[in-house]
Amino acid sequence: MVGSNSPMAGAETPGASTVQTVPDAVIRLAGNSQDGIQTIGGFLARLAGRSDQDVMTYMTIPSTISGGPSIFQVRMGTGEILSAGDHADFLVAFYQHSYDAHLHSLRPGGVLVYDSDHVKPDPEDKRFTAVGIPITSLTVEAVGGASKDKGKNIFVLGLIARAFNLDVEKLRTLVTERFGGRAEDIVRNAMLAFDAGYAMPVENLLGHCYRFDHKPRVTGQRAQVTMDGNTALTYGLLAAGVRHGSGYPITPWSSIMEMLRTELPKYGGVFVQAEDELSAVSQALGFSYSGHLAVTGSSGPGLSLKMEALGWAVMAEMPLIVVNVQRGGPSTGLPTNVEQSDLLQAIYGSHGDAPRVVLAPRDVEDCFYVAIEAGRIAREYSTPVLILSDFALATRIEAFEEPDLEKLMADPKPDLSGRGADYKPYPLERITRHAPPGSRMESGTYPVVTGLEHDEMGHPTGSPELHTRMTAKRREKIKRLAATLPVPEIYGDAKGDVLVVGWGSTFGPIRDAVKTLRAAGEKTGQVHLRHVHPLPPGLEEVFRGYRHICVVEMNDEGLYGHGQLATLLRARYANPAIRSIAKTDGLTFKVREIVDGIKRLQAAAGSNGKNHA
Amino acid sequence: MSTAVPTPSTEALPALSLSNRAPTGAPRVPVTKKALTADHPTWCPGCGDFAVLAAFYRVLEKLQYPHENIVTFAGIGCSSRFPYFVNTHGGHFIHGRSLPFAAGISLGRDDLHVFVFGGDGDGFSIGGNHLVHTARKNVRLTYVIMDNFVYGLTKKQTSPTSPIGFKSKTDPTGAMDQPINPMRTLVNSGATFIARSHATQVNHMIDMMTRAAQHDGFSVVEILSECVEFYAGAFDAANPRKGGAFRSIELKKHDGTPEDASRHDPTDELAAYKLATEPWPGSFGIFYEVKRPTKNRLEADLIARARERTKGAADLDLLQASFARLR
Repeated sequence: MVGSNSPMAGAETPGASTVQTVPDAVIRLAGNSQDGIQTIGGFLARLAGRSDQDVMTYMTIPSTISGGPSIFQVRMGTGEILSAGDHADFLVAFYQHSYDAHLHSLRPGGVLVYDSDHVKPDPEDKRFTAVGIPITSLTVEAVGGASKDKGKNIFVLGLIARAFNLDVEKLRTLVTERFGGRAEDIVRNAMLAFDAGYAMPVENLLGHCYRFDHKPRVTGQRAQVTMDGNTALTYGLLAAGVRHGSGYPITPWSSIMEMLRTELPKYGGVFVQAEDELSAVSQALGFSYSGHLAVTGSSGPGLSLKMEALGWAVMAEMPLIVVNVQRGGPSTGLPTNVEQSDLLQAIYGSHGDAPRVVLAPRDVEDCFYVAIEAGRIAREYSTPVLILSDFALATRIEAFEEPDLEKLMADPKPDLSGRGADYKPYPLERITRHAPPGSRMESGTYPVVTGLEHDEMGHPTGSPELHTRMTAKRREKIKRLAATLPVPEIYGDAKGDVLVVGWGSTFGPIRDAVKTLRAAGEKTGQVHLRHVHPLPPGLEEVFRGYRHICVVEMNDEGLYGHGQLATLLRARYANPAIRSIAKTDGLTFKVREIVDGIKRLQAAAGSNGKNHA
Repeated sequence: MSTAVPTPSTEALPALSLSNRAPTGAPRVPVTKKALTADHPTWCPGCGDFAVLAAFYRVLEKLQYPHENIVTFAGIGCSSRFPYFVNTHGGHFIHGRSLPFAAGISLGRDDLHVFVFGGDGDGFSIGGNHLVHTARKNVRLTYVIMDNFVYGLTKKQTSPTSPIGFKSKTDPTGAMDQPINPMRTLVNSGATFIARSHATQVNHMIDMMTRAAQHDGFSVVEILSECVEFYAGAFDAANPRKGGAFRSIELKKHDGTPEDASRHDPTDELAAYKLATEPWPGSFGIFYEVKRPTKNRLEADLIARARERTKGAADLDLLQASFARLR
């Protein structure tokens, strides 16, 4: 049932108040951003995490200052949940505009719950089971007092809890945890709203209620934690040993810097809000120079502003982590939508020949681990490492197994040990090891760290031979890293008709698409790249096993018909079977879009008679 | 030509600790001009920057900071070649951004003495925004601006401090834009130590830089340093050997004498601003000096308060607790 996108089509017994068991369900809440839709979405996600269920959310936030239409979609259930779902099974519409804009997202036969105080549904539309409930007035009645319709989100939470037979005690605990510590009447009002929603005999209106198929987890596994991608990335940075950083606010990077600003002092660290992006990357590099592992970050336009300093970091060989939470571009573009259009900027932005490392997490859990890997690579190879996350990863909530922090925590302290008489800041034959200030130099000569081309001691040089050799030194260390990377795992068929290649947050929908194709008898494989620069070894061999290599990414097909990763892969492997499924609507891929795209590419290749085997 | 292939680093990252600054075995030697001398300066003969460098050596000789704790950094420009000529930890960052870079060093490591050198282009043009913000944040470091009123490294273009009428390659008929008044800008910015000096006045420079280094906060010294190649004679009006007058600021002694009334009170912002608006060539010395909590101090306090709340929990425990809250 997983990945089929019709998860609620379980066996149904006729008659009122029956219980239907489903493997998973997609619940979409549509209202305004000030209604606390994210809050109940978050509760549902946390509940799923606590119940050892899989969960994934999808959120849109208006970029207006306050208010505006907003949705939160939760897909929860048992088994592996990889995408937030192409269609909703259960839609809650708070307003007429929510109804108008989101009815199309509900699958035929799905359940529509609307606030009958605000929504006049089309009486002719018989595609769905429609249930009108005066959510606003019932909430006002239940809570009373001056709180107006505040709490209708919690009312709906109660309603959903009843419809899906959710664990009410766990939900109550979550609500209390969330609102506890504030005024007592806030918790009380929340509970009143919740109880009123839960009291609605929704199973009578629907003819049944649902229950998630429960599969007990294997004992010995660690507890599940539930968070969004920016939180996971922030904790990954802390585990990586990052204690210093600087940034400038920009959506959707800001929540990382806000969290670092709050968390780092507890760890004895400093996070500085800089006056601009140029200052942010410069301060972060100053932290690096002083011996710390440092981070800066931004979103697309801000990354462009950091580029000159990144060139310096490559030339001076300074470790640094740079987070880029991508959004729609260019320019201010789509600040609260998703796009993967900063790949080439991340790899090739800046001036001169400036090789650096670019990593991309594939899901929320991976945000945590990629940050740790970025820290390790930055220190070991004395290089800037960019992490390409995106808006979808930043805001969506997933549950994953709690990491084994005891094994993962890196030592954050700078190395101020004395440097021997033979110390050179830029040795030609070895990877640079920066000696931070405070390190005593046995030779009596102190190192100069510089953006000018330099000799091994850091002295400026215009020597043609040295520039050639130093350029090679900076390039070869990245190639050396490439040689240590694992050959990417193939999911599905190791040889066959189609290999689907992706990077970053498209992992889930691609995996679901590959499952769908394989279920239909197509020989299909998936390779998802975490190391986008340098590329891992072995891809050439992997590619040989397929007739079509379809690269799926959320960016434009460009002047020559290929998305950014596809362009890179074609340049690198000169394999004409590499083609592109790219889109720029600012939304995450639906499974259906990928499946259709692959079929289109197959058909086009077939009609051209270009069978590349 | 053969290109180098770096051998893989087999050494693990050393176990790191701020306290592992073990002596290398080499005996500590005093910080002398000899120990501080590095590459021979690439400046033109007669450049004012030579005198600034000589004065800086003397400052470090006087202060005797541990050699390894001195950091000399710079941006881009003639004067920004400075760090190559001083044998301390240091380096050469990008144009205009040396202040935020140095702020990172200072905020990252409270045990260091951070000196930043640069010119008028670096400080007042491309890096103007950073000057204002580093000043208002009062980051503990010393910034020496070697102001020559011209872009020298790129061979005579108008600078933000070039006076109106100055003929350059970008203003062949004479500069037309109102120049920056450095002292006025700095007083406005919230810098807590502001001084002005002249490259022909070595003792005055030494005094100003020493006091700047000893100031707990963001200290800045503007030094008029002549570019003999592209703006010869620019600062003669304040050079007694060229017929000018070097008028130094007398600071208030608070001794109750009648003459004290006319002396400058460096804590008086309005008086500093007035001094800054004097007609050319103006006065030299300390314009402004006040005590205000440094960002270094404020961040340290923030850490102390956070550690108090968490009862100094270890990093691992802190992160584990964060995850536990998200179960």
